[in-house]
Amino acid sequence: MFLHIQNVQKSFTNRGKTEQVLKDIDLHIKEGEFVSLLGPSGCGKSTLLSIVAGLTNPSEGSVLIDNQRITKPGKDRGMVFQQAALFPWLSVEENVMFPLKKEMKKKEAREIAHKYLKLVQLSPYAKHSPHELSGGMQQRVAIARALAMNPRVLLMDEPFGALDEQTRMRLHDELESIWLETKKTILFVTHSIQEAVKLSDRIIVMGTHPGTVLKDIQVKIERPREKHIQEIAQYEQMIMELLKTEIDKVAEEEMKYASSY
Amino acid sequence: MRLAIKRIVFFVALFGIWELIIRVFDVPKVMMPAPSDVALSLKESVADGSLFQDVGASFTRLLIGLIIALIIGVLLGVLLAKSKTADETLGALILSLQSIPSIVWLPLAIMWFGLNEKSVIFIVVLGATIVMTINMRTGIKNVAPLYIKAAQTMGSGGIDLFIRVVIPASIPYAVTGLRLAWAFAWRALMAGELLSTGPGLGYTLKYASDFGRMDMVMAIMVVIGVIGVTVDLLIFQRIEKRVMIKWGLEQAA
Repeated sequence: MFLHIQNVQKSFTNRGKTEQVLKDIDLHIKEGEFVSLLGPSGCGKSTLLSIVAGLTNPSEGSVLIDNQRITKPGKDRGMVFQQAALFPWLSVEENVMFPLKKEMKKKEAREIAHKYLKLVQLSPYAKHSPHELSGGMQQRVAIARALAMNPRVLLMDEPFGALDEQTRMRLHDELESIWLETKKTILFVTHSIQEAVKLSDRIIVMGTHPGTVLKDIQVKIERPREKHIQEIAQYEQMIMELLKTEIDKVAEEEMKYASSY
Repeated sequence: MRLAIKRIVFFVALFGIWELIIRVFDVPKVMMPAPSDVALSLKESVADGSLFQDVGASFTRLLIGLIIALIIGVLLGVLLAKSKTADETLGALILSLQSIPSIVWLPLAIMWFGLNEKSVIFIVVLGATIVMTINMRTGIKNVAPLYIKAAQTMGSGGIDLFIRVVIPASIPYAVTGLRLAWAFAWRALMAGELLSTGPGLGYTLKYASDFGRMDMVMAIMVVIGVIGVTVDLLIFQRIEKRVMIKWGLEQAA
């Protein structure tokens, strides 16, 4: 198995109270698969992604890539955050070259950077500063930067969450074509049912308090998916019902928390 | 353009009224010189070149002091940001030193270095180092955690992370520190020169005062003010603005 999330548990201690965020997460992900982690806020989906990235340690269990245990962040896992996190002191091109600098010559790194900037259709902006780009463009640079180091897995933490609707739609199409072209394994965190159904081969629906896997859904709709509106609606409906009880639970807990003060 | 006109009108009126009051009440020159006296004195010191010598001498000291202060300030700032123990001990000392104007160190400095350039430079260094240290420390402590996480996922860590991410990310604070360090250094320099030895603007000011030449005293005050404002406006504020825009902390106007 390519990526194995093995019986992961995670608890945080907050003001003396221990809270379990992730419980018994066990997932096998195949190479080349586009997998979404979907759930309401507080289901621990971002924490799970952060564990796979190696930025957070699990309380128990482990994550394996090709049977190698993950203990720290590494170039085999590229990460795209909700904010583009481009370095403002570097140009667009230099940002994409950042992860390549130590292992190859500058010229070579620049060639690779240009290849990926071309992939996200931003080669004309190579010499620009990040602040001169729109939010959507910055996020595309972040994707190019993550892909440039040729990772085994691309981890995306609500990458389009901060963008406006039209930009998000366009980037969905773009991400889909990038995925079809590069055949990367993508682990994609989102709270948008639409987004998950539109993009993924497989959706892991997560519940809250503690975060568990509610259901593992294979999305069997042909690509490009826009043409299969009916099937998309069916999937969305199914997931919506699945999550409804969860969302009610979150609302109820928030009420209880508020009234306890 | 309207702003420029407003300002010109204001300053012309100010100098006009000032001149008028001095003439009407016949105020003696040693009490308060008229703008025309100040202008004459300024012209005189430009004509004999003494003004340029003084400015040159003052700037040399300032630059030496400022460079030393920046080097020490950056190193100390990094140390305080990275070591909790240093921050809790040395950091507290530096914060308390901040409330002592650097010029009060002059008596001690004269004992250590003698009544010469070195004492003045010492005062300048003291004045500028502390503010640079504090800003550098804040800058490094406030690097966005997201930058660090992003760099880590790209295989960066340790010294590499520090040099390629933490230091450049803290540049906006460093630039503000630099600007404040210049302002502190300039004030400390004038105080130091006034109480110490020349050549230099402060020393000439004191010299003029000893001979009751208040027109010259005022002329030098004008020069000190103009240089202070010009350097701040033309150099440091510009750099700061550019950095703020590039780092995305401020929108371009």
